[in-house]
Amino acid sequence: MTAIQKKAHNPIAHLTAEDIENLGRELDAIRERVLASRGERDAAYIRRVISTQRRLEVGSRVVLLFSLFPPAWLVGTAGLAVAKILENMEIGHNVLHGQWDWMRDPKIHSTTWEWDHVSPAAQWKHSHNELHHTYTNVLGKDNDLGYGIMRVDEDQRWHPMHLGQPLWNFVNACFFEYGIAAYDLELGRNLRKGRHKAPEFRARARAVGRKIRRQVLKDYIIHPLLSGPSFLHTLAATFTANLIRNLWSHSVIMCGHFPEGVETFERRSIVGETRGEWYLRQMLGSANISGSRLLHIMTGNLSYQIEHHLFPDLPSNRYQEIAPEVRALFARYGLNYTTGALPKQVASAWWKVIRLSLPNRPAPAAPRPVDDVPAPALAQV
Amino acid sequence: MTTTVPRPPGRPTVRDRLLRLAETVTTPLLPEDYLDLVAPLRSGAALRGRIVDVRPETRDAATVTIRPGRGWRGHTPGQYVRLGVDVDGVRQWRAYSLTSPPGRRDGLISITVKAIPDGRVSNHLVRRARPGTVVQLDQAQGDFVQPATAPARILFLTAGSGITPVMGMLRAGAHGAADVVLVHSAPTPADVIFAEELRGLADRGAIRLVERHTDTEGVLGVAELGDLVPDLLDRQTWACGPVGLLDAVEAHWAAHGAADRLHTERFRPTVVTPGAGGTVTFARSGVAVSADGGTALLDAGESAGVLMPSGCRMGICFGCVVPLREGAVRDLRNGNLTTAAPGDGVLIQTCVSAAAGTCDIDL
Repeated sequence: MTAIQKKAHNPIAHLTAEDIENLGRELDAIRERVLASRGERDAAYIRRVISTQRRLEVGSRVVLLFSLFPPAWLVGTAGLAVAKILENMEIGHNVLHGQWDWMRDPKIHSTTWEWDHVSPAAQWKHSHNELHHTYTNVLGKDNDLGYGIMRVDEDQRWHPMHLGQPLWNFVNACFFEYGIAAYDLELGRNLRKGRHKAPEFRARARAVGRKIRRQVLKDYIIHPLLSGPSFLHTLAATFTANLIRNLWSHSVIMCGHFPEGVETFERRSIVGETRGEWYLRQMLGSANISGSRLLHIMTGNLSYQIEHHLFPDLPSNRYQEIAPEVRALFARYGLNYTTGALPKQVASAWWKVIRLSLPNRPAPAAPRPVDDVPAPALAQV
Repeated sequence: MTTTVPRPPGRPTVRDRLLRLAETVTTPLLPEDYLDLVAPLRSGAALRGRIVDVRPETRDAATVTIRPGRGWRGHTPGQYVRLGVDVDGVRQWRAYSLTSPPGRRDGLISITVKAIPDGRVSNHLVRRARPGTVVQLDQAQGDFVQPATAPARILFLTAGSGITPVMGMLRAGAHGAADVVLVHSAPTPADVIFAEELRGLADRGAIRLVERHTDTEGVLGVAELGDLVPDLLDRQTWACGPVGLLDAVEAHWAAHGAADRLHTERFRPTVVTPGAGGTVTFARSGVAVSADGGTALLDAGESAGVLMPSGCRMGICFGCVVPLREGAVRDLRNGNLTTAAPGDGVLIQTCVSAAAGTCDIDL
C-alpha cells in the first residue's frame, strides 16, 4: 500500500466534506444506540467469559500436575493455551480498553486490571490505546505499522535491515509478548537516542522487569515445581502454551492492519482532522477476519477490527451485532470493507512482510493516466 | 487485579508467607479472584451477601433478606448498611436501614426498601431482585442508635420509610421496660410498612401507636405534636423521615432547648441538581476551579495546574479516568449525566466530561 494521499486512485476522492461528516454522524448514531442498550446482558457476558477462563486455567494447570502422562500433557497444554488466549484477547485487551468500565465493578476495570502478559497493563494502555488507536495507520506516528522493526508500507523507507524482516517477524511471533513489552518501552528508540539512563525510562524498565520475573516464576518455576516428577513436562507444556498464545495473537494482530486493501495516511493529513475524518481513517485503516462465533471469541473480537477501531470502548460482544450495519454504511459511501478468512488474511499480511523486505520496484516509466486527479489530503477534503 | 494484598507492618506470619506463595501461583490475579468464583461469601473475602428472600410489605415496599458473608461484624439496631447492587449491569451503591434484630440465630440480616419514583436501585430491589443474587456490602454504620442503658420514656417520630431504623430498634426490644410512643405518618393505612406488626405491638400494650394517614388527615405539623404527645420534650426522641419533617422537628426542639434529647436520621438521596458547569474541587491537590458546562474537566484541571492523567483527549483511551467522589458530570459527546455520592466509587473520563454541578474529584 501507499499513503492514500499519493494513490493514483484515491478511494475517498468521491466523498465531499459533507459526506464525511454525515458518515460520522451515522456512526455516532450507531454508537449511541449500543450505549443506550448496554446492560445486564453484556455484564453477564463478560462475567461468564471471565469465569470460564479462570476455571479452564485452573483445570488445565491441575491436569498438568500429571503431565508425565502424555494424554494429560496434551489436554493440559491445549487447555492452558486456550485459557491464555482468552485471557489476553477477549478479556485483557478489551477490559484494558475500558470496554467494561461502565459496570463500575472495581474488579473488572481498566484502571485495576492486570493481564497474563509480560508488558505491564499501564504501559500497554499508553502505547496501544493512546498512540495506536489515536494515530491508526498514520505513517511516522503509528508504530504499529511494522512495530519499528519491519517495513509494511511502500512509503516507509527501505533499509538493508529489512532484508531480514521475514525472519524478525517469525521470531517476534514466537516471543510476541516480549516483543510487545519491548515495543511498549520503545526500547529500540530509547537505546538509540541514549535515553536508557533517563530516570523515567529506568522506572518503566524496572516495572517490566518485575512483571517478567513474576510471569516467569509462575510459569516456569512454581508450576513445574508443584508438578514434582512432572517438572520438565510441565515446563515444556507451559512454554508450548505461551508459544501457541504468542503465535495466535501475533497472527490475529497482523490481520488487523497489514493485509492488502488497508490504507495508510500521511502525517500531515491528520492536522485539523474532524470527527468524521477520524472515523473514515479508522474504516479504511483496518481489516476484519470472517469466521465462526468461536473464532470471533478466540480473537477477542478483533476479527471485527474495523468495528473495534471505530468504537474501541464498546463492549466486544456487540461488534458482531453492529457489523452488518457498518458494512452497509461502507457500501453506501462507496468504501472498501476489507475482510477475509483467517488463512487468507494471514497469508496476505505475510506476503506484504516478505515483499517489502526488498526495496520498492522502480515506478513504471509510463506517463500517468489523464484521469488521474491528484488526491487531496484528507484534512482538505 | 494485580495489586498484592496489603499487609500489616511487622514480622510476616506463616499465613502471610503462604499468602505470598499463593500469589506467585496466581499472578497477575490474586488467589481471591479464583476463590470468589466458588465461595464469594467466605471469610476473608471482600464483604458480600446473597439475597435469600424478597417479601413485599406494601404495594411499593419490600423486605430483602440477605445472608451476609463470613466477614459481617454485626450491627446495632438503628444502623444502616451500604449495599452495592448491579442494576442493568451497573454497580450502584445505596444505604438502607437494617430492619432485622442483631444476632439472628440463622445469621440473616434484612433491609426494607420503599420504591421511590425514578429510584433506580429501590425499584430494582422492590420489583426485580431475585433470591440467589450476590450483592456487595459494607459493615453496618450510623449513630442513630439507642444508648447502652435504655431511656425510660421514648418517642419515635417517623414518616414513610423512616420507620425502618425504628423497626430495627423495636424488633431488638427497644420497648422492653420503656414507655414508648410511636408517631408514624403514611399516605394511607395500606401504605404503613410493618402495619400488622406495629398494630400488634400496640394491641399488646407494648407501645402506644399513633398513625397519621396524610392523604385524608393532612401532613402532621409540629404544632400538633404537643397535643398527641403531651410530654413530648421530656422524651428521648428518635426521628426519621423526609427532610421537611426533620428540619421542622429540629427547629422545634432547638427552640425549646431540648436539642440534646433529639436524634435524627436523614436519608440523603443524592440531591444533585445538574446544571451547566460548577465548582470543581481537586481535594488532594488543594485546588478549586470554576468550570463551565462546555469545558472538559481535564482542561479545567490542567489549566489550574493540577497534575491530571491524560491520554488521547478524545474519549477512547481511558488514560484519564479518575474517581469522582461527589457531584455531577455531563458527557460532552452525548450529554449523558453521571452523578456520584461519596462511597459510590464512580470513575469518570475527564477528557470528555464537563462539570454539571459541584464536583469533588479525587486527585
